[in-house]
Amino acid sequence: MQINIAHYLTIAAILLTTGILGVFVNRRNVIAILMSIELILLAVNLNFVAFSAALHDLVGQIFALFVLTVAAAESAIGLAILVLFFRNKGSVAAEDANVMKG
Amino acid sequence: MHMDIMAQFMLILPELLLAAGIVVLMLIGAFSGERSYTVITVLAIGVMIAAVIMLITLPLQGTAFGTALICDAFGRFMKIMALTAAFIVLIMSVGAARAGKFDKFEFPVLVLLSCLGMLLMISAGNMLSLYLGLELHSLALYVMAALDRDNARSAEAGLKYFILGSLASGLLLYGISLLYGYSGGHIDFTGLSQVLRKDPPQLGLIFGLVFVLAGLAFKISAVPFHMWTPDVYEGAPTPISAFFATAAKIAAVAVIVRLVIMCFGAAAPVAGSMPAWQQIIVFIALASMFLGAFAGIAQRNIKRLMAYSSITHIGYILVGLAAGTIIGVTSVLLYLLIYAVIMLGCFAFILAMNTESGPVEKIDDLAGLSRTNPFMAGAMSLFMFSLAGIPPLSGFFGKWYVFSAAVQAHFVVLAVAGMIAAVIAAFYYLRIVKIMWVDEPKGRFLAMPKELQLVLWLSGLFTLFYFLAGIWFLPWAETAAKSLF
Repeated sequence: MQINIAHYLTIAAILLTTGILGVFVNRRNVIAILMSIELILLAVNLNFVAFSAALHDLVGQIFALFVLTVAAAESAIGLAILVLFFRNKGSVAAEDANVMKG
Repeated sequence: MHMDIMAQFMLILPELLLAAGIVVLMLIGAFSGERSYTVITVLAIGVMIAAVIMLITLPLQGTAFGTALICDAFGRFMKIMALTAAFIVLIMSVGAARAGKFDKFEFPVLVLLSCLGMLLMISAGNMLSLYLGLELHSLALYVMAALDRDNARSAEAGLKYFILGSLASGLLLYGISLLYGYSGGHIDFTGLSQVLRKDPPQLGLIFGLVFVLAGLAFKISAVPFHMWTPDVYEGAPTPISAFFATAAKIAAVAVIVRLVIMCFGAAAPVAGSMPAWQQIIVFIALASMFLGAFAGIAQRNIKRLMAYSSITHIGYILVGLAAGTIIGVTSVLLYLLIYAVIMLGCFAFILAMNTESGPVEKIDDLAGLSRTNPFMAGAMSLFMFSLAGIPPLSGFFGKWYVFSAAVQAHFVVLAVAGMIAAVIAAFYYLRIVKIMWVDEPKGRFLAMPKELQLVLWLSGLFTLFYFLAGIWFLPWAETAAKSLF
């Protein structure tokens, strides 16, 4: 079987869906939500690199490098906010983020 | 078009100034520790005012660094507005930061970082600089929402904003990757718009466009991506909610307007009706206007109410954008100006809601304010009437501009729906006026600090006399709008 661009795009779409479901279905643990967000960004990177290879165009790979860098900064900030949340609540469960409603 | 490197740096002089200011202020803060809050705040305000003066006095135009950054009249208008709102918020925040014990030097530095991100995303000319500007802006905002570290509500607001914000960035990026691939390797707005022009439109490109607009709809808190707005406005420290409601909103609207007009605007209609972007904008405009109007009725917390009010007003702004014409964009710019000024006034009012036992946020705490503090009650009533769209206040002109732009672009139904939503939303604005003027007083507020009084005065005068001053803003906004087409 020949692996072509469609296979990469399908994998990326599956990763994206898994990530989005992970954010919305998961009520247990905020760390799992952070992992789901990383999954979404990886899906995007896979897309960029696959398109870049298929089109013989470097911009996609440059974009992927920038996305990786920003993703690192983003998880650093996410974990810092999570530490803050844990110190105030004593838990990292997503269902405990419920002081404000309406 | 070749430009030498110095000319390109000249184009981004305000951005460079902010970037240098951030580094210097961070170093000053790191070396002098916690006590440096006042010095750093004053310097940060100085840097922002210098950047605004630079934008006003140096009307340079052109593109810098390939297609990365576009400097035009539209960008200048938006940058001046966003920076002015940002430094006014910083001036208003001093008292609240001291009282809430988040008077740390990081706060003004984060505001500056977020402003740098705003300037970059406002002038973005391709998807890469758009994404990087947007992230620089958002990452600073996530931290700011959680700035009040010992307050559980602030941490929760930061967490919710971070999770939904990164999800939105992920969707935006996925859309950009689809646009990049299906357009055959374009990430710049002009290149993309030429590919989008082809008829019939390609399915992959439409998917990309939908994802990108969904990601941006989150940033402007349009329905159905608005869920974070009430929680973040309520949980974040009040000056930071003010920043979200004014400067951050201006920048996010600027991005969506530039992207829609310069890039998606050229797209061919889908199945003989409207182009894909227009269908989406019309839908989220309608949904935002009505959801904001209905959900606001049940609110008891004034910051939450402001959040729902901002959702409704984003709906009106998108009505102007849906028209997609020069008049439409002009109306968007004027609406944003009018709305941001009223919001600054409203938040100056909310920041002044201090009793002897601390700050209060409930609408019922305003009971009888007209007898205990007629100046505050009068100014707030003015803002509420203006937000409800009662002539001759500024809010009426904002609505009039966007609805007439919609009617001229044959969106009569949209304009009529907007007027109905405005009538529904008027209920909660007028209820605040009723509580202040009719109900029996319960307690007194402490005297208002000087800087909040000044903001309340300026914003009140603007709201009251816009019908005279509007003539002066109209040509300015028109030039800005024309530069996009």
